[in-house]
Amino acid sequence: MTEAHKFVDIRHAQKAYGDLEVLKDISLTVDRGEIVAIIGPSGSGKSTLLRAINDLDSLTGGEVWLDGVQINKDLPYRQYEKHINAMRQQVGMVFQHFNLFPHLSVRDNVTMAPKLLKGLSDKEADKLAEEQLNHVGMLERIDYYPSQLSGGQKQRVAIARALAMQPKLMLFDEATSALDPELVEEVNLVMKRLAEEHMTMIIVTHEMDFAASVCDRVIFMDKGVVVEQGPPSVVFQNPTEERTKEFLRKHLAQHHAQNAAEAAALTAAQTNEGAK
Amino acid sequence: MDIELILKVYPYFLEAAVVTIELSVLTVLLGLICGALAAAARMSRFRLLRIIGAVYVSVFRGTPALIQLFLLYFGGPQIGIQLDAFEAGVIGLGLNIGAYMAETMRGAIVSVDGGQTEAARTLGLSRTQAFRKVTLPQAMRLMIRPLGVNINAQIKGTALVAAISVVELTYTAQRYIGSTYKPFEMFFLAGVLYILIITVTGKGISYLDRKVRLP
Repeated sequence: MTEAHKFVDIRHAQKAYGDLEVLKDISLTVDRGEIVAIIGPSGSGKSTLLRAINDLDSLTGGEVWLDGVQINKDLPYRQYEKHINAMRQQVGMVFQHFNLFPHLSVRDNVTMAPKLLKGLSDKEADKLAEEQLNHVGMLERIDYYPSQLSGGQKQRVAIARALAMQPKLMLFDEATSALDPELVEEVNLVMKRLAEEHMTMIIVTHEMDFAASVCDRVIFMDKGVVVEQGPPSVVFQNPTEERTKEFLRKHLAQHHAQNAAEAAALTAAQTNEGAK
Repeated sequence: MDIELILKVYPYFLEAAVVTIELSVLTVLLGLICGALAAAARMSRFRLLRIIGAVYVSVFRGTPALIQLFLLYFGGPQIGIQLDAFEAGVIGLGLNIGAYMAETMRGAIVSVDGGQTEAARTLGLSRTQAFRKVTLPQAMRLMIRPLGVNINAQIKGTALVAAISVVELTYTAQRYIGSTYKPFEMFFLAGVLYILIITVTGKGISYLDRKVRLP
Protein backbone atom coordinates (compact mmCIF):
# COMPACT_ATOMS: atom_id res chain seq x y z
CA MET A 1 0.00 0.00 0.00
CA THR A 2 1.64 3.20 -1.12
CA GLU A 3 -0.85 5.54 0.44
CA ALA A 4 -0.72 5.73 4.23
CA HIS A 5 -4.04 4.66 5.66
CA LYS A 6 -5.64 4.49 9.03
CA PHE A 7 -6.36 0.99 10.29
CA VAL A 8 -10.02 1.68 11.03
CA ASP A 9 -11.32 4.74 9.28
CA ILE A 10 -14.89 5.87 9.72
CA ARG A 11 -15.75 8.76 7.42
CA HIS A 12 -18.87 10.85 7.86
CA ALA A 13 -20.95 7.97 9.17
CA GLN A 14 -24.65 8.71 9.10
CA LYS A 15 -27.54 6.53 10.09
CA ALA A 16 -31.16 7.56 10.06
CA TYR A 17 -34.40 5.72 10.57
CA GLY A 18 -36.79 8.00 8.72
CA ASP A 19 -36.50 11.35 10.45
CA LEU A 20 -34.66 9.92 13.42
CA GLU A 21 -30.94 10.52 13.07
CA VAL A 22 -29.02 8.00 15.13
CA LEU A 23 -25.56 8.86 13.81
CA LYS A 24 -24.88 12.40 12.67
CA ASP A 25 -21.81 12.61 10.49
CA ILE A 26 -19.31 10.79 12.67
CA SER A 27 -15.69 10.58 11.60
CA LEU A 28 -13.08 8.78 13.63
CA THR A 29 -10.06 6.56 13.21
CA VAL A 30 -8.49 3.79 15.21
CA ASP A 31 -4.85 2.73 14.93
CA ARG A 32 -3.65 -0.82 14.67
CA GLY A 33 -3.25 -2.21 18.17
CA GLU A 34 -5.22 0.61 19.73
CA ILE A 35 -7.86 -0.09 22.35
CA VAL A 36 -10.76 2.28 22.26
CA ALA A 37 -13.77 2.51 24.53
CA ILE A 38 -17.00 4.13 23.38
CA ILE A 39 -19.12 5.38 26.24
CA GLY A 40 -22.32 7.38 26.39
CA PRO A 41 -25.92 7.27 27.55
CA SER A 42 -28.28 4.72 26.02
CA GLY A 43 -29.63 5.97 22.72
CA SER A 44 -26.41 7.86 22.04
CA GLY A 45 -25.76 5.72 18.96
CA LYS A 46 -22.66 3.96 20.28
CA SER A 47 -23.92 0.43 19.60
CA THR A 48 -25.18 1.47 16.17
CA LEU A 49 -21.77 2.87 15.33
CA LEU A 50 -20.08 -0.35 16.46
CA ARG A 51 -22.53 -2.46 14.47
CA ALA A 52 -22.00 -0.27 11.41
CA ILE A 53 -18.33 -1.20 11.38
CA ASN A 54 -19.10 -4.74 10.19
CA ASP A 55 -22.32 -3.64 8.51
CA LEU A 56 -24.72 -5.40 10.87
CA ASP A 57 -26.45 -2.05 10.80
CA SER A 58 -25.99 -0.42 7.42
CA LEU A 59 -25.10 3.23 7.32
CA THR A 60 -27.32 5.56 5.36
CA GLY A 61 -24.31 7.72 4.55
CA GLY A 62 -20.55 7.67 4.89
CA GLU A 63 -17.85 5.03 4.65
CA VAL A 64 -16.13 2.52 6.87
CA TRP A 65 -12.63 1.38 5.95
CA LEU A 66 -10.59 -1.41 7.48
CA ASP A 67 -6.89 -1.67 6.71
CA GLY A 68 -7.25 0.14 3.39
CA VAL A 69 -10.39 -1.64 2.20
CA GLN A 70 -13.84 -0.13 2.27
CA ILE A 71 -16.26 -2.37 4.17
CA ASN A 72 -19.59 -0.86 3.13
CA LYS A 73 -18.84 -0.77 -0.60
CA ASP A 74 -21.65 -0.04 -2.99
CA LEU A 75 -21.89 -3.31 -4.93
CA PRO A 76 -24.64 -5.40 -6.53
CA TYR A 77 -26.25 -7.80 -4.06
CA ARG A 78 -24.31 -10.97 -4.86
CA GLN A 79 -20.95 -9.26 -5.11
CA TYR A 80 -21.62 -7.35 -1.93
CA GLU A 81 -22.51 -10.55 -0.06
CA LYS A 82 -19.19 -12.09 -1.09
CA HIS A 83 -17.29 -8.96 -0.16
CA ILE A 84 -18.94 -8.46 3.22
CA ASN A 85 -18.51 -12.12 4.19
CA ALA A 86 -14.81 -11.84 3.47
CA MET A 87 -14.56 -8.58 5.45
CA ARG A 88 -16.50 -9.94 8.41
CA GLN A 89 -14.07 -12.84 8.72
CA GLN A 90 -11.51 -10.22 9.69
CA VAL A 91 -13.68 -8.56 12.30
CA GLY A 92 -14.60 -10.44 15.47
CA MET A 93 -17.66 -9.39 17.38
CA VAL A 94 -18.83 -10.12 20.90
CA PHE A 95 -22.44 -9.46 21.87
CA GLN A 96 -24.16 -8.47 25.08
CA HIS A 97 -26.26 -11.64 25.01
CA PHE A 98 -23.38 -13.92 23.89
CA ASN A 99 -25.38 -15.46 21.02
CA LEU A 100 -23.65 -18.80 21.35
CA PHE A 101 -25.21 -21.47 19.16
CA PRO A 102 -27.27 -23.53 21.62
CA HIS A 103 -27.45 -26.59 19.39
CA LEU A 104 -23.67 -26.92 19.19
CA SER A 105 -21.13 -27.95 21.81
CA VAL A 106 -18.57 -25.43 22.97
CA ARG A 107 -16.08 -27.09 20.63
CA ASP A 108 -18.39 -26.84 17.63
CA ASN A 109 -19.28 -23.25 18.45
CA VAL A 110 -15.59 -22.42 18.08
CA THR A 111 -14.79 -24.65 15.09
CA MET A 112 -17.86 -24.16 12.91
CA ALA A 113 -16.77 -21.01 11.12
CA PRO A 114 -13.08 -21.96 10.64
CA LYS A 115 -14.11 -25.35 9.24
CA LEU A 116 -16.74 -23.90 6.96
CA LEU A 117 -14.88 -20.81 5.78
CA LYS A 118 -11.22 -21.73 6.00
CA GLY A 119 -11.55 -25.42 5.17
CA LEU A 120 -9.85 -26.63 8.34
CA SER A 121 -9.84 -30.39 8.82
CA ASP A 122 -11.47 -31.84 11.94
CA LYS A 123 -8.05 -32.36 13.47
CA GLU A 124 -6.82 -28.84 12.74
CA ALA A 125 -10.10 -27.40 13.96
CA ASP A 126 -9.93 -29.38 17.19
CA LYS A 127 -6.43 -28.12 17.84
CA LEU A 128 -7.57 -24.57 17.18
CA ALA A 129 -10.55 -24.95 19.51
CA GLU A 130 -8.33 -26.32 22.25
CA GLU A 131 -5.89 -23.43 21.88
CA GLN A 132 -8.56 -20.77 21.83
CA LEU A 133 -10.54 -22.24 24.71
CA ASN A 134 -7.41 -22.69 26.76
CA HIS A 135 -6.66 -19.05 26.15
CA VAL A 136 -9.95 -18.00 27.75
CA GLY A 137 -9.74 -20.65 30.47
CA MET A 138 -12.60 -22.76 29.08
CA LEU A 139 -10.77 -25.84 27.86
CA GLU A 140 -12.35 -28.06 30.52
CA ARG A 141 -15.79 -27.18 29.20
CA ILE A 142 -15.02 -28.04 25.57
CA ASP A 143 -17.69 -30.77 25.38
CA TYR A 144 -20.37 -28.88 27.28
CA TYR A 145 -23.35 -27.20 25.67
CA PRO A 146 -23.96 -23.46 26.10
CA SER A 147 -26.98 -24.05 28.35
CA GLN A 148 -24.68 -25.77 30.82
CA LEU A 149 -22.46 -22.71 31.26
CA SER A 150 -22.71 -19.59 33.40
CA GLY A 151 -23.01 -16.19 31.71
CA GLY A 152 -19.34 -15.41 32.23
CA GLN A 153 -18.33 -18.75 30.79
CA LYS A 154 -20.62 -18.25 27.81
CA GLN A 155 -19.05 -14.91 27.09
CA ARG A 156 -15.55 -16.34 27.31
CA VAL A 157 -16.53 -19.03 24.80
CA ALA A 158 -18.03 -16.35 22.57
CA ILE A 159 -14.72 -14.50 22.66
CA ALA A 160 -12.86 -17.71 21.80
CA ARG A 161 -15.28 -18.31 18.92
CA ALA A 162 -14.58 -14.86 17.52
CA LEU A 163 -10.81 -15.21 17.98
CA ALA A 164 -10.77 -18.58 16.21
CA MET A 165 -11.26 -16.71 12.92
CA GLN A 166 -8.05 -14.78 13.67
CA PRO A 167 -9.64 -11.37 13.23
CA LYS A 168 -7.68 -8.15 12.81
CA LEU A 169 -10.16 -6.23 14.86
CA MET A 170 -12.44 -7.11 17.75
CA LEU A 171 -15.70 -5.34 18.51
CA PHE A 172 -17.29 -5.67 21.93
CA ASP A 173 -20.91 -4.59 22.27
CA GLU A 174 -21.53 -4.23 26.00
CA ALA A 175 -19.93 -7.61 26.55
CA THR A 176 -20.44 -7.58 30.32
CA SER A 177 -23.77 -5.73 30.60
CA ALA A 178 -25.89 -8.88 30.81
CA LEU A 179 -23.69 -10.56 33.39
CA ASP A 180 -24.25 -10.90 37.11
CA PRO A 181 -21.82 -8.57 38.88
CA GLU A 182 -19.69 -11.41 40.23
CA LEU A 183 -19.15 -12.78 36.71
CA VAL A 184 -17.98 -9.54 35.12
CA GLU A 185 -14.40 -9.82 36.29
CA GLU A 186 -13.60 -13.12 34.54
CA VAL A 187 -14.67 -11.63 31.21
CA ASN A 188 -12.80 -8.41 31.89
CA LEU A 189 -9.66 -10.42 32.58
CA VAL A 190 -9.91 -12.13 29.21
CA MET A 191 -10.38 -8.78 27.50
CA LYS A 192 -7.44 -7.33 29.41
CA ARG A 193 -5.23 -10.19 28.29
CA LEU A 194 -6.31 -9.59 24.71
CA ALA A 195 -5.43 -5.93 25.13
CA GLU A 196 -1.97 -6.87 26.37
CA GLU A 197 -1.51 -8.93 23.20
CA HIS A 198 -2.15 -5.75 21.20
CA MET A 199 -5.37 -6.85 19.57
CA THR A 200 -7.12 -3.84 18.08
CA MET A 201 -10.30 -3.48 20.10
CA ILE A 202 -13.32 -1.21 20.01
CA ILE A 203 -15.33 -1.61 23.17
CA VAL A 204 -18.78 -0.21 23.79
CA THR A 205 -19.18 -0.28 27.55
CA HIS A 206 -20.84 1.12 30.63
CA GLU A 207 -17.91 0.18 32.81
CA MET A 208 -15.85 3.28 33.32
CA ASP A 209 -13.32 1.60 35.60
CA PHE A 210 -12.60 -1.02 32.99
CA ALA A 211 -12.35 1.59 30.24
CA ALA A 212 -9.98 3.64 32.38
CA SER A 213 -7.68 0.75 33.17
CA VAL A 214 -7.53 -0.93 29.76
CA CYS A 215 -8.18 1.57 26.99
CA ASP A 216 -5.81 3.92 25.22
CA ARG A 217 -8.61 6.25 24.29
CA VAL A 218 -12.14 6.95 25.40
CA ILE A 219 -14.79 8.30 23.05
CA PHE A 220 -17.85 9.90 24.59
CA MET A 221 -20.91 9.89 22.35
CA ASP A 222 -24.24 11.56 22.89
CA LYS A 223 -27.22 12.03 20.57
CA GLY A 224 -25.42 10.62 17.54
CA VAL A 225 -22.25 12.68 17.72
CA VAL A 226 -18.80 12.28 19.23
CA VAL A 227 -18.80 14.87 21.99
CA GLU A 228 -15.34 14.35 23.31
CA GLN A 229 -12.45 11.93 23.00
CA GLY A 230 -9.00 11.48 24.48
CA PRO A 231 -6.95 9.40 26.88
CA PRO A 232 -9.03 8.04 29.77
CA SER A 233 -7.16 10.21 32.27
CA VAL A 234 -8.34 13.33 30.45
CA VAL A 235 -11.89 12.29 29.55
CA PHE A 236 -12.64 10.86 32.98
CA GLN A 237 -10.76 13.26 35.24
CA ASN A 238 -10.67 16.42 33.26
CA PRO A 239 -13.39 16.53 30.62
CA THR A 240 -13.81 19.79 28.75
CA GLU A 241 -17.35 19.35 27.48
CA GLU A 242 -20.32 20.07 29.72
CA ARG A 243 -22.24 17.04 28.40
CA THR A 244 -19.36 14.72 29.29
CA LYS A 245 -19.19 16.15 32.80
CA GLU A 246 -22.91 15.74 33.29
CA PHE A 247 -22.88 12.15 32.00
CA LEU A 248 -19.99 11.18 34.25
CA ARG A 249 -21.65 12.89 37.23
CA LYS A 250 -24.90 11.00 36.67
CA HIS A 251 -23.11 7.77 36.04
CA LEU A 252 -21.02 8.14 39.18
CA ALA A 253 -24.10 8.98 41.26
CA GLN A 254 -25.84 5.89 39.92
CA HIS A 255 -22.79 3.80 40.62
CA HIS A 256 -22.66 5.10 44.20
CA ALA A 257 -26.37 4.58 44.71
CA GLN A 258 -26.01 1.03 43.48
CA ASN A 259 -23.05 0.35 45.74
CA ALA A 260 -24.90 1.89 48.67
CA ALA A 261 -27.96 -0.22 47.96
CA GLU A 262 -25.85 -3.36 47.74
CA ALA A 263 -24.08 -2.49 50.98
CA ALA A 264 -27.40 -1.80 52.69
CA ALA A 265 -28.78 -5.13 51.46
CA LEU A 266 -25.71 -6.89 52.72
CA THR A 267 -25.96 -5.24 56.16
CA ALA A 268 -29.66 -6.11 56.32
CA ALA A 269 -28.88 -9.70 55.43
CA GLN A 270 -26.19 -9.87 58.06
CA THR A 271 -28.50 -8.34 60.67
CA ASN A 272 -31.12 -10.91 59.78
CA GLU A 273 -28.57 -13.63 60.06
CA GLY A 274 -27.53 -12.31 63.47
CA ALA A 275 -31.15 -12.13 64.67
CA LYS A 276 -31.67 -15.84 63.95
CA MET B 1 -73.13 -53.56 21.50
CA ASP B 2 -72.91 -56.39 19.00
CA ILE B 3 -69.41 -57.74 19.68
CA GLU B 4 -69.89 -60.70 17.39
CA LEU B 5 -70.57 -58.44 14.45
CA ILE B 6 -67.49 -56.38 15.25
CA LEU B 7 -65.35 -59.51 15.34
CA LYS B 8 -66.76 -60.53 11.99
CA VAL B 9 -66.13 -57.28 10.15
CA TYR B 10 -62.96 -56.03 11.77
CA PRO B 11 -60.57 -57.59 9.20
CA TYR B 12 -62.18 -55.42 6.52
CA PHE B 13 -61.73 -52.40 8.75
CA LEU B 14 -58.08 -53.24 9.22
CA GLU B 15 -57.66 -53.28 5.45
CA ALA B 16 -59.38 -49.92 5.30
CA ALA B 17 -57.14 -48.64 8.10
CA VAL B 18 -54.13 -49.49 5.93
CA VAL B 19 -55.57 -47.21 3.25
CA THR B 20 -56.06 -44.48 5.86
CA ILE B 21 -52.43 -44.90 6.91
CA GLU B 22 -51.30 -44.74 3.28
CA LEU B 23 -53.33 -41.61 2.74
CA SER B 24 -51.91 -40.10 5.92
CA VAL B 25 -48.31 -40.87 5.05
CA LEU B 26 -48.59 -39.62 1.48
CA THR B 27 -50.50 -36.45 2.32
CA VAL B 28 -48.11 -35.64 5.17
CA LEU B 29 -45.09 -36.15 2.90
CA LEU B 30 -46.62 -34.00 0.18
CA GLY B 31 -47.62 -31.49 2.85
CA LEU B 32 -44.08 -31.31 4.24
CA ILE B 33 -42.68 -30.68 0.77
CA CYS B 34 -45.30 -28.05 -0.13
CA GLY B 35 -45.00 -26.54 3.34
CA ALA B 36 -41.23 -26.21 3.12
CA LEU B 37 -41.43 -24.69 -0.36
CA ALA B 38 -44.18 -22.28 0.65
CA ALA B 39 -42.38 -21.28 3.86
CA ALA B 40 -39.22 -20.63 1.86
CA ALA B 41 -41.20 -18.63 -0.70
CA ARG B 42 -42.84 -16.56 2.03
CA MET B 43 -39.45 -15.66 3.47
CA SER B 44 -37.72 -15.10 0.15
CA ARG B 45 -36.08 -11.81 -0.69
CA PHE B 46 -37.97 -11.84 -3.99
CA ARG B 47 -41.34 -10.17 -3.79
CA LEU B 48 -42.98 -12.37 -6.43
CA LEU B 49 -42.12 -15.53 -4.50
CA ARG B 50 -43.42 -13.99 -1.30
CA ILE B 51 -46.72 -13.22 -3.01
CA ILE B 52 -47.03 -16.72 -4.49
CA GLY B 53 -46.37 -18.26 -1.08
CA ALA B 54 -48.88 -16.00 0.64
CA VAL B 55 -51.59 -16.68 -1.95
CA TYR B 56 -51.09 -20.45 -1.67
CA VAL B 57 -51.35 -20.33 2.11
CA SER B 58 -54.40 -18.10 2.24
CA VAL B 59 -56.28 -19.96 -0.51
CA PHE B 60 -55.81 -23.38 1.04
CA ARG B 61 -56.40 -22.22 4.59
CA GLY B 62 -59.28 -20.00 3.60
CA THR B 63 -61.50 -22.58 1.91
CA PRO B 64 -62.96 -25.86 3.19
CA ALA B 65 -60.78 -28.88 2.43
CA LEU B 66 -63.92 -30.61 1.17
CA ILE B 67 -64.41 -27.93 -1.48
CA GLN B 68 -60.78 -28.29 -2.51
CA LEU B 69 -61.28 -32.05 -2.91
CA PHE B 70 -64.50 -31.68 -4.86
CA LEU B 71 -62.99 -29.03 -7.08
CA LEU B 72 -60.04 -31.27 -7.90
CA TYR B 73 -61.95 -34.55 -8.27
CA PHE B 74 -65.22 -33.46 -9.84
CA GLY B 75 -64.10 -30.18 -11.40
CA GLY B 76 -60.68 -31.40 -12.55
CA PRO B 77 -61.82 -33.33 -15.62
CA GLN B 78 -63.52 -30.19 -16.89
CA ILE B 79 -60.10 -28.51 -17.17
CA GLY B 80 -58.30 -31.66 -18.27
CA ILE B 81 -57.09 -33.01 -14.91
CA GLN B 82 -58.08 -36.69 -14.75
CA LEU B 83 -57.33 -38.25 -11.37
CA ASP B 84 -58.68 -41.32 -9.66
CA ALA B 85 -60.21 -40.80 -6.25
CA PHE B 86 -57.12 -41.86 -4.28
CA GLU B 87 -54.83 -39.60 -6.29
CA ALA B 88 -57.20 -36.69 -5.95
CA GLY B 89 -57.40 -37.34 -2.21
CA VAL B 90 -53.63 -37.37 -1.76
CA ILE B 91 -53.02 -34.29 -3.88
CA GLY B 92 -55.95 -32.30 -2.52
CA LEU B 93 -55.32 -33.03 1.14
CA GLY B 94 -51.55 -32.81 0.73
CA LEU B 95 -51.80 -29.33 -0.72
CA ASN B 96 -54.25 -28.43 2.03
CA ILE B 97 -52.11 -29.56 4.95
CA GLY B 98 -49.05 -28.08 3.23
CA ALA B 99 -50.52 -24.62 3.72
CA TYR B 100 -50.85 -25.20 7.46
CA MET B 101 -47.41 -26.74 7.67
CA ALA B 102 -45.93 -23.77 5.82
CA GLU B 103 -47.14 -21.51 8.61
CA THR B 104 -45.87 -23.90 11.27
CA MET B 105 -42.42 -23.99 9.70
CA ARG B 106 -42.27 -20.27 9.15
CA GLY B 107 -43.33 -19.70 12.74
CA ALA B 108 -40.54 -21.92 14.03
CA ILE B 109 -37.96 -20.26 11.81
CA VAL B 110 -38.85 -16.70 12.77
CA SER B 111 -38.93 -17.61 16.43
CA VAL B 112 -35.22 -18.49 16.42
CA ASP B 113 -33.50 -15.54 18.09
CA GLY B 114 -32.25 -13.00 15.55
CA GLY B 115 -28.99 -12.78 17.48
CA GLN B 116 -28.18 -16.25 16.20
CA THR B 117 -28.12 -15.13 12.58
CA GLU B 118 -26.18 -12.02 13.56
CA ALA B 119 -23.54 -14.07 15.33
CA ALA B 120 -23.23 -16.40 12.35
CA ARG B 121 -23.05 -13.56 9.82
CA THR B 122 -20.50 -11.76 11.97
CA LEU B 123 -18.21 -14.77 11.74
CA GLY B 124 -18.41 -14.44 7.95
CA LEU B 125 -21.05 -17.04 7.12
CA SER B 126 -23.23 -16.30 4.11
CA ARG B 127 -27.00 -15.99 4.43
CA THR B 128 -27.41 -19.55 3.23
CA GLN B 129 -24.70 -20.94 5.49
CA ALA B 130 -26.11 -19.13 8.51
CA PHE B 131 -29.55 -20.49 7.74
CA ARG B 132 -28.39 -24.04 7.16
CA LYS B 133 -25.96 -24.31 10.04
CA VAL B 134 -27.53 -22.11 12.69
CA THR B 135 -31.17 -21.16 12.15
CA LEU B 136 -32.54 -24.33 10.60
CA PRO B 137 -31.20 -26.85 13.14
CA GLN B 138 -32.77 -24.80 15.92
CA ALA B 139 -36.02 -24.23 14.01
CA MET B 140 -36.35 -27.94 13.22
CA ARG B 141 -36.34 -28.72 16.92
CA LEU B 142 -38.96 -26.06 17.51
CA MET B 143 -41.25 -27.28 14.74
CA ILE B 144 -41.47 -30.98 15.64
CA ARG B 145 -44.33 -30.64 18.11
CA PRO B 146 -46.43 -28.13 16.16
CA LEU B 147 -45.96 -30.21 13.00
CA GLY B 148 -47.18 -33.11 15.13
CA VAL B 149 -50.38 -31.16 15.68
CA ASN B 150 -50.72 -30.67 11.91
CA ILE B 151 -50.11 -34.37 11.32
CA ASN B 152 -52.70 -35.32 13.94
CA ALA B 153 -55.23 -33.10 12.21
CA GLN B 154 -54.29 -34.56 8.84
CA ILE B 155 -54.77 -38.19 9.92
CA LYS B 156 -58.30 -37.37 11.01
CA GLY B 157 -58.72 -35.18 7.94
CA THR B 158 -58.23 -38.17 5.64
CA ALA B 159 -61.83 -39.10 6.54
CA LEU B 160 -62.91 -36.39 4.09
CA VAL B 161 -61.94 -38.50 1.09
CA ALA B 162 -64.85 -40.81 1.95
CA ALA B 163 -66.86 -38.10 0.21
CA ILE B 164 -65.14 -38.89 -3.07
CA SER B 165 -65.53 -42.63 -2.38
CA VAL B 166 -61.97 -43.63 -1.51
CA VAL B 167 -62.32 -46.87 0.39
CA GLU B 168 -60.69 -45.91 3.67
CA LEU B 169 -61.87 -46.21 7.28
CA THR B 170 -64.74 -43.77 7.30
CA TYR B 171 -66.05 -44.88 3.91
CA THR B 172 -65.84 -48.53 5.00
CA ALA B 173 -67.78 -47.79 8.19
CA GLN B 174 -70.49 -46.09 6.14
CA ARG B 175 -70.65 -48.97 3.71
CA TYR B 176 -71.05 -51.58 6.44
CA ILE B 177 -73.79 -49.56 8.03
CA GLY B 178 -75.69 -49.94 4.79
CA SER B 179 -75.66 -53.72 5.09
CA THR B 180 -75.76 -54.18 8.89
CA TYR B 181 -77.87 -51.24 10.11
CA LYS B 182 -75.55 -50.98 13.10
CA PRO B 183 -74.09 -47.46 12.95
CA PHE B 184 -72.94 -47.46 16.59
CA GLU B 185 -70.76 -50.55 16.19
CA MET B 186 -69.35 -49.52 12.83
CA PHE B 187 -68.44 -45.96 13.81
CA PHE B 188 -67.16 -47.20 17.17
CA LEU B 189 -64.82 -49.64 15.45
CA ALA B 190 -63.60 -46.98 13.00
CA GLY B 191 -63.07 -44.59 15.93
CA VAL B 192 -60.96 -47.13 17.83
CA LEU B 193 -58.74 -47.64 14.81
CA TYR B 194 -58.31 -43.87 14.34
CA ILE B 195 -57.30 -43.55 17.99
CA LEU B 196 -54.74 -46.31 17.55
CA ILE B 197 -53.17 -44.62 14.54
CA ILE B 198 -53.18 -41.22 16.25
CA THR B 199 -51.70 -42.57 19.48
CA VAL B 200 -48.85 -44.41 17.79
CA THR B 201 -48.05 -41.36 15.66
CA GLY B 202 -48.16 -39.11 18.72
CA LYS B 203 -45.74 -41.39 20.56
CA GLY B 204 -43.43 -41.32 17.56
CA ILE B 205 -43.43 -37.54 17.51
CA SER B 206 -42.77 -37.31 21.24
CA TYR B 207 -39.89 -39.73 20.84
CA LEU B 208 -38.41 -37.69 18.01
CA ASP B 209 -38.80 -34.51 20.03
CA ARG B 210 -37.04 -36.01 23.03
CA LYS B 211 -34.31 -37.47 20.88
CA VAL B 212 -33.21 -34.15 19.39
CA ARG B 213 -33.76 -32.09 22.53
CA LEU B 214 -30.74 -30.08 23.60
CA PRO B 215 -29.14 -30.49 27.00
